[in-house]
Amino acid sequence: MNHLQRVLFVTLSCFILSAALVPSSWSAPVQQKNLILATTTSTQDSGLLDVLIPMFEKQTGYFVKTISVGSGQAMKMGEKGEADVLLVHSPEAEKAFMGQGFGVNRKLVMHNDFLLLGPASDPAKIHGAKSAAEALKKIAQSGALFLSRGDNSGTHAKEKGLWKAAGIAPEGQKWFQETGLGMGETLNVAAEKHGYLLSDRGTYLALNKKRHLGLEILVAGEPKLLNIYHVIEVNPAKWPKVNAPGAKAFSDFMVAAPTQALISHFGTKEFGSPLFFPDAGKTE
Amino acid sequence: MDLILEGLVKAFQLLASLDPEVLGIAMLSLKVSGLATLFSLVFGIGFGTLIALTRFPGKKILVSLVNTGMGLPPVVVGLFVSILLWRNGPLGFMELLYTPSAIIIAQSVIATPIVMGITIAAMQQLPANLRLQILALGATRTQLVWMLIKEARLPLMAGVMAGFGGVISEVGASIMVGGNVKGYTRVLTTATVMETGRGNFDVAIALSLILLLFCFLINYVLTYIQQRERPR
Repeated sequence: MNHLQRVLFVTLSCFILSAALVPSSWSAPVQQKNLILATTTSTQDSGLLDVLIPMFEKQTGYFVKTISVGSGQAMKMGEKGEADVLLVHSPEAEKAFMGQGFGVNRKLVMHNDFLLLGPASDPAKIHGAKSAAEALKKIAQSGALFLSRGDNSGTHAKEKGLWKAAGIAPEGQKWFQETGLGMGETLNVAAEKHGYLLSDRGTYLALNKKRHLGLEILVAGEPKLLNIYHVIEVNPAKWPKVNAPGAKAFSDFMVAAPTQALISHFGTKEFGSPLFFPDAGKTE
Repeated sequence: MDLILEGLVKAFQLLASLDPEVLGIAMLSLKVSGLATLFSLVFGIGFGTLIALTRFPGKKILVSLVNTGMGLPPVVVGLFVSILLWRNGPLGFMELLYTPSAIIIAQSVIATPIVMGITIAAMQQLPANLRLQILALGATRTQLVWMLIKEARLPLMAGVMAGFGGVISEVGASIMVGGNVKGYTRVLTTATVMETGRGNFDVAIALSLILLLFCFLINYVLTYIQQRERPR
């Protein structure tokens, strides 16, 4: 087995060496200029970041690597120092993250709201329900299919909070299915299976425009359904490799007046209403 | 059905207009998977030949391991390469995570066992007396190995195709170690996943068609070379 180990070792080191030697321009356009932004799928799937990131890169010269995952995973990346700055929407988890000292300078950026969507036939009759909790109770009673993100994202965290408020433990129920996918893909699944789901308004509007999903907004407008996005810089004291100046630049950029103005207009032309509402400087 | 037609139309539009973003994604896919296949050829054929031609204890176990590796799930490779390359991980100092190089590393790891497994099979397929014959003609060791590789070139070409086909079409590792960063590590497969999530099915179909076209063209060329001379 010694031979085997040697072969494996040589192979592995050769791989890594050769890959490291390949076009050096690829392996990092000037080290300190790289900035890893861990964010939620909704900011990417709605197309907002496609507008904001090139602007930021042009203004500051940083090269942003946007890693679009759920808020939960984004914060895990922050905890391990694998991201420099986070754009997330999971307030409860964010507070815990800040409390444990993983982040600095948590700033309010924008909000939109969550919607309870479902097929037009509305088998559980939740349309016009006074609250999300009431609607969820009806879904549970009727046994109509509900699709959960199930991926520890901000939306999933909100969903779990709402189930808890309704006093229902949906896990393991027949009518409750977890997709484990991003927002856009979960919307696609719900459209195909005629299920209910919780979605942020931005992704729903963006997706519904491109493909008629056949899902209606059934419950919306409750303060509990607010979807709030914060930008958090990862604490460089915990992880020295974190690009702190870059993170600060991005955080400042997100709350700067021109960016906020852009956010307020984003999507109006295409969807008839804004997808996000700027909130910089406000308190929750 | 309309969707597929729309996708086809969109694909031709994107290709005909030489859309720079799509073109960039396609070129990056080719470059990354091409280089990964190249590395896997060096290691796969090299070690595959070595394993096939030598006798040592534990050879059967090693060959079984290689053959198992031929079905190595890309996400598993993606996960382990990510962990190794995290900036606070063991190889973090190289700052390779979320770069095209990281995808090349992961894809090389995926393709190498495929090429190696096929190489071992191809080499062991050769008539046992061939070696003796070549040696009897006064060949040196290097010449012997070279002759044997040339002799096995047809199945080896199949190895190249299998390796390339395996890596250009995988998405799990590419998205994990590359991060699907726009204009930098976004390859055809990861872009397809993202566009599907965004509901841009026409673009997703266009990207898949380009991917299929690539696979076909590359395999066509390789098959052409492979079939140029009929085996004796």
